[in-house]
Amino acid sequence: MLQLNAETVHTCRDTIKRLSGEDVSRCFQCGKCTAGCPVAIDMDVTPNQVMRLAQINGRERVLASSTIWLCLSCETCSTRCPADIDIAKVMDTLRKISVAEGYPSPEPAITGFHRLFLASVEKYGRLNELELSIKHNLAIMKPTKDIRLAVGLFSKGKINPFGGKVKDRERVKKIFAESQRFVKVYPESIEREAE
Amino acid sequence: MMEYGYYPGCSLHGTAKEFDLSIKESFTSLGLGLKEVEDWNCCGASSAHETSEELALALAVRILSQAEKAGQKTIVAPCAACYSRLKMANVEVAHDAGLRKRISHIIGQDYQGNVAVRHVTEIYKENKDRLAASVTKPLAGLKIASYYGCLLARPKAVVDWDDAENPTTMDELVTSLGAQALDWSHKTECCGASFSISRGDIAVRLVGDILGAAKLAGADAIAVACPLCQANLDMRQSAAERRNKTTYKLPIIYISQLIGLAQGKDAKALGLDKHMVGAEKVLEKLSAAPIPHGEKKPVAV
Repeated sequence: MLQLNAETVHTCRDTIKRLSGEDVSRCFQCGKCTAGCPVAIDMDVTPNQVMRLAQINGRERVLASSTIWLCLSCETCSTRCPADIDIAKVMDTLRKISVAEGYPSPEPAITGFHRLFLASVEKYGRLNELELSIKHNLAIMKPTKDIRLAVGLFSKGKINPFGGKVKDRERVKKIFAESQRFVKVYPESIEREAE
Repeated sequence: MMEYGYYPGCSLHGTAKEFDLSIKESFTSLGLGLKEVEDWNCCGASSAHETSEELALALAVRILSQAEKAGQKTIVAPCAACYSRLKMANVEVAHDAGLRKRISHIIGQDYQGNVAVRHVTEIYKENKDRLAASVTKPLAGLKIASYYGCLLARPKAVVDWDDAENPTTMDELVTSLGAQALDWSHKTECCGASFSISRGDIAVRLVGDILGAAKLAGADAIAVACPLCQANLDMRQSAAERRNKTTYKLPIIYISQLIGLAQGKDAKALGLDKHMVGAEKVLEKLSAAPIPHGEKKPVAV
């Protein structure tokens, strides 16, 4: 159960504000974000509930939620928020905190897809669409998923089996090696990662 | 001749080949040139910015820096996701000199912030007089539902040239081609393309909603300007039909393909044979319509 405590009640809010510049305490629960969200129905915590939980330091519920991974970043909520909170940006920040703190993903297919996508870009500098689909389908143990679609795409000449490659691949590798998760410093996660 | 830098992104060299083909075809007729950014890399799309802020910025800024190095002042990015990432990166480094320095260090080259990022529909809109003059076969009688999806309507910092809730750029273009632009409910609803592979169940549901709304409005086809929207609405259409126990049979046609058709170009040269849901009905309707200039000629598929 969520215990409210005067000392820590603003911790989550303050972390979000420091990392994204967005102040979730401006939310007054109108519910417009949830009403317009195309995937609110699939989420375990709705977007307006995420805002409320973030206000009262319900960080575990939020960081372990499927919501942050199901957010499509379509920005409908951010566009409509009467309090002018960039909710999509808050979701983006919560995803990064969740990964940094080692929360298991409740949506392994989605997080796995992002990992494979980036692995392809790290390797070639560009996305290899075919390799990504095959690796993803193998990872979720459905190797024949979309096979008919793949045949159709091949016959229409829409799949480049070798994919494009960047010439300066050393530089791409460096970019991946040197980039940090947060532009602004996030000591809580750095400590945990060091453990 | 005006020449733009061109950032095709990964999909225009693969599953969205016909977007690439038709943009180049239509630009030639408008007297506009395109030159690919030298040794461009992937923009990182949503996977990068959900993982690391610096990675997302560094991948995007390297592309901009490559263009700047070659003296390209404006680059055209036809993929709505690439466009959004590149323009956002520009906004972020413009406000923070320290960040620009840090990113320049990661990518191993300088970026001064002097490259403008524009979407292909913006360029068409800007050249609307030339575009109208280039029409030789108006798309008379064709009813088009223009679909903008998420990233061609939002966020305001990126799409500062159209309305977030009721964008009209594509509708205006379609009208100038002689087709009828339909008012409909789902022009800015997200299609869930980023879940097309990982959470197909969600993507298929969203696709079905959009196709159903276009059908209800009486559309012959849906016009799109994003390779992810096209792929999702086209390739997941049969799954959406099975899910909703109905038939949509709605061709998902790039705005650049519609422009090419109105400019009298061959359907195959525009890649209209490359879609999963064929455009035959649309082409038949066009060849049956009376053509004001020149003789009546069927369009080959």
